[in-house]
Amino acid sequence: MTALLTLHNETLGWGDAPVLTGVSLSAQKGERIALLGPSGVGKSTLLHAMLSRLADQRVALVPQETGLVAQLSVFHNVWMGRLDDFGTARNLRTLVWPTPTERDAVEGVLQRTGLSGLGRRRVSQLSGGQKQRVALARALLRGGDIVIADEPVSAVDPTQARQLLTEMDRRFETSIVALHDVHLARAQASRIIGLRKGGVVFDALAADVPEADITRLYA
Amino acid sequence: MSLSGRHLFFALVASCCIGLWFADLSSGGPDPWLTLKRIGQGILMPDFSDPMMLLNAAGLTLALAFCGVAFGAVIGLLLAPFYRIRWVRSLCIAVRALHEIFWALMLLNITGLSPLTGVLAIGLPYAGIFAKVFSEYLDETDARAEAALPFVASNLVRLLWVRVPACLPQIAIYSLYRLECGIRSSAVLGFIGLPTLGFHLESYFKQAHYPEAAAVFIVFLALILPLRHWVRWPLVPVFIAASIWALARLPFPPMGQGAALRFLHDLVPAPIRTGADWGTWLDKVLIDQAMPGSIATLSLSQIALTGAALLAALSFPLIVPRVVGRIGAAIGHGALVLLRSTPEYMLAFVLLQIFGPSMLPAILALALHNGAIIAHLLGRQSASMSVRPDASTGLTFWGWELFPRLSGTFWALCLYRWEIILRETAIMGLLGIGTLGFYVQMNLQQLRIDRALILLLATILLTAMIDALSRYLRRGMQNAPTLRIEGSRGPTGNNAALKTPDPCR
Repeated sequence: MTALLTLHNETLGWGDAPVLTGVSLSAQKGERIALLGPSGVGKSTLLHAMLSRLADQRVALVPQETGLVAQLSVFHNVWMGRLDDFGTARNLRTLVWPTPTERDAVEGVLQRTGLSGLGRRRVSQLSGGQKQRVALARALLRGGDIVIADEPVSAVDPTQARQLLTEMDRRFETSIVALHDVHLARAQASRIIGLRKGGVVFDALAADVPEADITRLYA
Repeated sequence: MSLSGRHLFFALVASCCIGLWFADLSSGGPDPWLTLKRIGQGILMPDFSDPMMLLNAAGLTLALAFCGVAFGAVIGLLLAPFYRIRWVRSLCIAVRALHEIFWALMLLNITGLSPLTGVLAIGLPYAGIFAKVFSEYLDETDARAEAALPFVASNLVRLLWVRVPACLPQIAIYSLYRLECGIRSSAVLGFIGLPTLGFHLESYFKQAHYPEAAAVFIVFLALILPLRHWVRWPLVPVFIAASIWALARLPFPPMGQGAALRFLHDLVPAPIRTGADWGTWLDKVLIDQAMPGSIATLSLSQIALTGAALLAALSFPLIVPRVVGRIGAAIGHGALVLLRSTPEYMLAFVLLQIFGPSMLPAILALALHNGAIIAHLLGRQSASMSVRPDASTGLTFWGWELFPRLSGTFWALCLYRWEIILRETAIMGLLGIGTLGFYVQMNLQQLRIDRALILLLATILLTAMIDALSRYLRRGMQNAPTLRIEGSRGPTGNNAALKTPDPCR
């Protein structure tokens, strides 16, 4: 296994205010890492730092606020994941006049996220859960070596969440996902990183993390 | 009713096509490149050899602006608490419906080429605008502060102790902004004979003395661009006092006795005054003048609005660093500031010298000035927009993220500038284009004040119509952003970028 990224005793934060201190960890190819911790602890900060270390990889990103353009259609928001594969002229053409091939490609990932047939719907007309699926579909269409997702399924029910994460795992060899659902993390991840009060409190294989350690995160 | 950008886009393009059908865009002037080249040479080598004249004209431009805006602000502040009273509101709407230049043209018949004409031409419409804006500020003041006051019966005490102090910062910001508009208006009043910078700009241009004209223009920019730096509030009373002093000692041609009475007498329609035939009079005014004037005004303003919208949509990324880089954004900013600061009328006049007489110069001027204003506001809003770290860059970013996100604001701003463009289009008639202003000026020159009055009423009616339509469309827009352009509440919230700037007419 090769290390995709390494953080060594780093202080992470926005501007002058450190959010996490003394962070040392590395991520290997093929790992399924789940970040757990109470909200506001710095999961997004850690994901952001990891993203910035992955400049030479093809990364698919699912940010917490989904980063969708509400005024555009579902098709456009999903296709956005592949804009950097094409030149400006082609992108502007797709914006105004998508080809059937492009629509079909998007429809494929929409089916896998339970959004089939909604390609022409405006994102502003979707529910919170549907928006999260659009953001996931965008990552699926983009593909790549690794996916970084920040609470990607917080607004869908547990069964669907599991299905969506499975779809994600099928598409990406490596995944780093911030989750708030402990059961989901245990079921999906190969490794769990626990964050609490400004630092990493545990970092172990999912099967080895004692339940008590996880409970203590949220205490 | 639910409107999307697509509906507005098709309506705009359709109206523009109808406008183009009526419009005369033929360029009949001399070789535009030759004139452009000589103007370019003039700008590269401006001639400052008459500094006293420049200084004098700059001083008078400022003096008229300070006195006019101060007059408007004081009257506006006095009227603001009573704005809810019907006749006060109607009066304010009526005075601000007429453009400063139309006011000046009418006042020339009473007060002649005196400074008072300039002060009133700026002050009267501004008073109407100030009254409306200030009354909104007063209404918006935090009710809690007033509730916390011990019971005081007097409304005046409440007003002076709580409401006015609470909105003083907004009043100050807005007045400064109005002063900028006032300086533009003051300069433009030179084109109809008042001794401001516009007067010299016009005469130099007409004599093809481009280096001297360039110097006048540079002085104008030197006044208006750093305005926010040199206008300090403690100094404003000094500025106003100096302005009054400068205007008071200005010589001006005397008016004949009884000018005001004669003017009022002439305002009465000729059939009443002289017993002339109503049919011919109405036919002449309405069919021969008001109708072609209105058609030309409407078509020109639709083309100009389309041009402004197009220009704004394409040029606002010029000030967004993510699209054009830091240096590119700085250059874009400079270009937009220049276009925003130059009054439409002045721009149209210069373009007229280049392209010769047709509607083209006016259309270009209106599109450039208003497009730059909309682009500036859009660009500023996009600066505060958060984007995901893996968002695209360059033109792709513009098309896929920036423009779709800002489209609501974009359409609201276009609808908002619509009425302002129409008002300004009417004025363009003074440059010889067949809009309503052309017929107004023609009648005033022939001392047919009664006909001019009817045409001015037509202008007001047209403006009111567009204003109502624009409000209706803005209300019907899907997820319309709350656009408070006239009420600046300080830089808070998401649409702070939309709040400071204003309708400059």
